[in-house]
Amino acid sequence: MPQSRTPAIQIAGLHKSFTDKHVLRGIDLDIPSGIVFALLGANGAGKTTAINILTTLLAPDAGTVHVAGHDVVTASDAVRASIGVTGQFAAVDGMLTGEENLRMMARLAHLDTKRAKARTAELIEQFDLGESAKTGAALYSGGMRRRLDLAMSLMLDPAIVFLDEPTTGVDPRGRAVMWDIVRGLAAQGTAIFLTTQYLEEADQLASRVAVLNEGRIVADGAPAALKSRVGDGHIVVDVATPEAFDAAAQLFPAATVDRDALSLRLSEGTDANAVRELLVRLDSARISVANLRIVTPDLDDVFFTLTGTATTDNIQTPTTRAEEAAR
Amino acid sequence: MSTARLHGPARPQPFSDTVTMLRRNILHHLRAPSGTLMIIAVPLIMLLLFVYVLGGTLGAGIAAGGTRDQYLGYITPAILLTTAASAMQMIAVWVSMDMTTGIIARFRTMAISRGSVLAGHVAGGTILIALAIAVLLALTLLLGYRPQADLLHWLGFAALVLLVGFALSSLAVAFGLFARRPDTASNLPLVLMLLPLLSGGFVPTESLPGWLQGFAEHQPFTPIINTIRGLLSGTPDPAAAAWAIGWCAAIAIAGSVWSLRLYRRHAAPAATGATGA
Repeated sequence: MPQSRTPAIQIAGLHKSFTDKHVLRGIDLDIPSGIVFALLGANGAGKTTAINILTTLLAPDAGTVHVAGHDVVTASDAVRASIGVTGQFAAVDGMLTGEENLRMMARLAHLDTKRAKARTAELIEQFDLGESAKTGAALYSGGMRRRLDLAMSLMLDPAIVFLDEPTTGVDPRGRAVMWDIVRGLAAQGTAIFLTTQYLEEADQLASRVAVLNEGRIVADGAPAALKSRVGDGHIVVDVATPEAFDAAAQLFPAATVDRDALSLRLSEGTDANAVRELLVRLDSARISVANLRIVTPDLDDVFFTLTGTATTDNIQTPTTRAEEAAR
Repeated sequence: MSTARLHGPARPQPFSDTVTMLRRNILHHLRAPSGTLMIIAVPLIMLLLFVYVLGGTLGAGIAAGGTRDQYLGYITPAILLTTAASAMQMIAVWVSMDMTTGIIARFRTMAISRGSVLAGHVAGGTILIALAIAVLLALTLLLGYRPQADLLHWLGFAALVLLVGFALSSLAVAFGLFARRPDTASNLPLVLMLLPLLSGGFVPTESLPGWLQGFAEHQPFTPIINTIRGLLSGTPDPAAAAWAIGWCAAIAIAGSVWSLRLYRRHAAPAATGATGA
């Protein structure tokens, strides 16, 4: 069982460069077995490179990496026998049906016919693939293909599962399904190493989060600790006229203001009481509000807090609770 | 799941894994039969063109009083090799498709025999080439070709076809790995489709211009064509057969070594590697 003493992953002094880019610049991590670990980072931070090294697809330039107690360079087959990998790009055979894909994995896992059949049926059931089991995987929706992909990775019930951005490009419903699956695996004691661009996802799933920025770990700890450093987010108030803006700015001297956009950003809490109090104060000053948004902290806020610089590009637009409620 | 962790010690099983990959390969062909049928289209068109449009004149050219029917027999070996080269295009495209999609990353992260992915393609390719040649040969029989081979000759022919299939599949796999994208993977095999034309397969080498004669007499397809012609006409040519076997062995070794080198260099699939994302 995976709850052995052997740490799931041990990384020391890991470096990796490609011809023109130093992608990983000295990573040290010790991840105990049986937990959900999230590696949080923007596009280009080095998340996929890290996963590729941990899953034996790439060799490290320097440093040592052990997965399930085995060295990824000198004992790569032992590592491969202990892991399941679901990458960013669905690794399913589109020409085969879902069931055939799973049977192929069973054969490659060298299960005997009886166990192969049983395990395939079990995974089809667990991942709700029954209706489409006899359909070519090329015709699957994105969410279904990810589920099949993950099911294929779990054929041998691996001790450690790697998920590279499991919900990027998945719709909100598919994301909820994927989160449930991850929680289910974690409940069985499977160690999970996932990468994500979403702070919320790391918060929802992981008991430990490390933030990767420009090839270095800039924070590592429980999600609550990370969040408390970032804060709860803020409220953005948009007003209709310059006069209203001036009045509001006077009323809330601590707000961060943007006069051109007629927008104020307030950081004194985002719970219902804070919103009510804010609206009452605006109302009694006869300032009419054009729009009010509650902005949860996103990856941008994390990087800003941790590094003092905003990440360069490819950051998700801030997800607002209002937008999510509207879905 | 009530099951305990299922995996035992890592022990890749090359034979079993290759069979699994071969099974996958065959399923692909069964799912996309139109692509597989396209293999015989070009050789068949060439056969009909050469025999029924040009065959009267060419038949008179290969021997005094030669006929269209005699010419059909004359070009059949070369057409069979054109068919094999045509099948190579399909093999190379399949390999390239495998290398550019996520499935190869999955295979690489599993405790399976490293070479089984390639071996599966070579095995599948050998079967594909042998079947395509059999279909083309059957078509020439329908058109009136009558081989003079006895049982032993036929067995020799079958063995040679499998050897040629194995050698050309190994090379086609290397072509597929060499190509950056599936749509360019068929370019190199296309060159090989022209090779039978530059041999003694369509016209006797003596009729070629001097500068081409040397090439035509010594290129690998010529002894293979002569061996097939000898076996099918019941007059085996041992010298040509020795050359043919030698060439096949050389092509198979070169193709395999090249494939393995290219495969190792594919450290991570293009889609997920190197960008550092």
